Amino acid sequence: MTQAIDQGRRAALKAGSATAIFGLFIAAGLVRPGSALAQAAGWNQGAFAAKGLENTVKALGGASPAQTRDVTWGSTPEIAENGAVVPISITSSIPKTESIAILVEKNPNTLSAVFTIPPGTDPAISTRVKMGESSAVYALIKADGKYYVAQRDIKVTLGGCGG
Amino acid sequence: MADPMKIRANMEGDKTNVRVLMSHEMETGLRKDAAGKTIPAMFIQEVSATCNGKTVLSAQWGTSVAKNPFLQFKFSGAKVGDKVVVSWVDSKGDKRSDEATIAA
Repeated sequence: MTQAIDQGRRAALKAGSATAIFGLFIAAGLVRPGSALAQAAGWNQGAFAAKGLENTVKALGGASPAQTRDVTWGSTPEIAENGAVVPISITSSIPKTESIAILVEKNPNTLSAVFTIPPGTDPAISTRVKMGESSAVYALIKADGKYYVAQRDIKVTLGGCGG
Repeated sequence: MADPMKIRANMEGDKTNVRVLMSHEMETGLRKDAAGKTIPAMFIQEVSATCNGKTVLSAQWGTSVAKNPFLQFKFSGAKVGDKVVVSWVDSKGDKRSDEATIAA
């Protein structure tokens, strides 16, 4: 049994792209998140396991994002009464916005959601996220191949995780 | 099988405003039950919305999207009577797809 697993791991190392097993490696801390996880399709396990803004952007395949003011937060509150349901509304006015991601700095996993915006769809989304504690929330915008980030500090009066 | 989504799509000028309310626990895998055992993670990983065969929004979600997720977005290029189809896949492979007709 152990042998079979070992062989599986070796094969995965050779192939280098066995994403499921690669994900286990990340979980085990063997591979740093963000080390070249290029996936054509499917759920980006590396990005969702990454911690902190920098690591998450790297895992998504970007360099350091530039600060931007071209993001409006709509009805996003500054003080959320209930961390289990924090409404987030993000509108990007950056031309050629391709994707919008929501990141919560102090959550166990920083990345909350990534939305891909095809041409014809407004670069504006609203959803709800969970927040464990008061934290900086980032809107990470990918536009014309470049990453931009806008920050908003949201205070949570009642935590949303495990409470 | 999860409960159906509530989808509302209506025209606002030349754009279609879509609001979706999904019925899903969105377990993070971090919570513990009364006996102190960890509740395994189960959350929606992929969401996509199509209209007339064209994808109008796709998303990847992590565990920190709130329970019974809400989603709102707008797109252009559709008219009253067209159908918007929203589908999701969760981390256990469970799927759900629902559609709504665009109202005026």
